[in-house]
Amino acid sequence: MNMLDGNALAGDLDDIFTVDVTTARFVCATCGHSGAMATLRLFGRTPASVARCPSCTEVVLCLVKADGRVFLDTRGIARLELPMSGA
Amino acid sequence: MTQAAVSRRLNWRIGTVTGIRAETPSIRTLVLDVPDWPGHLAGQHIDVRLTAPDGYQAQRSYSIGSAWSSPPGTVELTVQRLDDGEVSPYLTDTVEVGDQVELRGPVGGWFVWRETQTPPVLLIGGGSGVVPLMAMIRQRSLAKATQPFRLIYSVRTPEDVCYAQELRDRVRDEAGLDVRFVYTRKAPEGWAEPPKRIDAATLNTYGWPPEFMAETFVCGPTSFVETTADILIALGHDARRIRTERFGGK
Ligand SMILES: Cc1cc2nc3c(=O)[nH]c(=O)nc-3n(C[C@H](O)[C@H](O)[C@H](O)COP(=O)(O)OP(=O)(O)OC[C@H]3O[C@@H](n4cnc5c(N)ncnc54)[C@H](O)[C@@H]3O)c2cc1C
Ligand SMILES: [Zn+2]
Repeated sequence: MNMLDGNALAGDLDDIFTVDVTTARFVCATCGHSGAMATLRLFGRTPASVARCPSCTEVVLCLVKADGRVFLDTRGIARLELPMSGA
Repeated sequence: MTQAAVSRRLNWRIGTVTGIRAETPSIRTLVLDVPDWPGHLAGQHIDVRLTAPDGYQAQRSYSIGSAWSSPPGTVELTVQRLDDGEVSPYLTDTVEVGDQVELRGPVGGWFVWRETQTPPVLLIGGGSGVVPLMAMIRQRSLAKATQPFRLIYSVRTPEDVCYAQELRDRVRDEAGLDVRFVYTRKAPEGWAEPPKRIDAATLNTYGWPPEFMAETFVCGPTSFVETTADILIALGHDARRIRTERFGGK
């Protein structure tokens, strides 16, 4: 299994968001663990990746590209924390 | 969606190969000229996309090995060939000066070092995992920063050392930088230790003690990164000061 981590999602997430989401802190909806998005364990690669919590291994985020669209499933994230612009 | 929102999206750019350096028999550095390159931080990477004539695309991430930036607009990638790989043999064997490569970036703001970070820095790289760490060493030099830097670099054999001459020169010329090699298959003549994988004894002896509160960056094949991070934590290092980047593989 070719496992990577959330760093490798930076390009695909930058294509969707205006800020670098890999530096954001997530709170896992399953276990409450919190850490940088870059620390997620990443399985599969574009066009279909699944990022899991490093603590409980539950799915935190799925990113799928198909038919010219990108689908982002974030149900495993209870909260995201980012610095405000200008802060 | 408004035009502004559309135009803010990360665009794929075209880089032109302007130079190629053989680092080891299986590693090559590509110097790319990328128009309108916005600059980057040490440790960031780019995504490369190859498109076959039938439209099939393969995308991979490669760390930027160069510091930002001299001369402006150039980006250096250092790629290790995996013989059964889809993308790396193209970059190490096929691409020639003058060829164009589609890329996007710089991306990734977490596995980065800025010269404004004052603590000592411990860099631990396995194989091509040395690439973003080299960008940090080069950035330290460019910024004339004085934070102590130590690189622990795990390679199979002495012939697999990437940037070997540059590392020797920098250790000689740049105060506060040192390098310790770990050989996993074959050590040089007269090396005190038999070849071995990175272990607790190595990190205990050649890493810094946890009290130094070093900023620690670990990068390389996934199993190397996991083992190293586990050992550091077992040795008492603060997990919050350890940043990891997994390159894949077993
Ligand atoms: C953020 C990031 C930065 C990276 N930076 C660099 C870099 O600077 N230089 C560099 O050479 N590579 C780097 N990589 C790895 C690179 O993205 C590719 O995974 C690598 O070049 C292999 O691609 P491939 O298409 O040749 O092999 P694939 O066709 O993807 O894989 C071929 C076989 O090799 C295995 N494999 C895949 N990746 C690795 C690996 N890294 N080590 C060992 N076995 C592997 C696979 O499981 C498979 O069995 C980076 C990866 C990430 C996520
Ligand atoms: Zn969890």
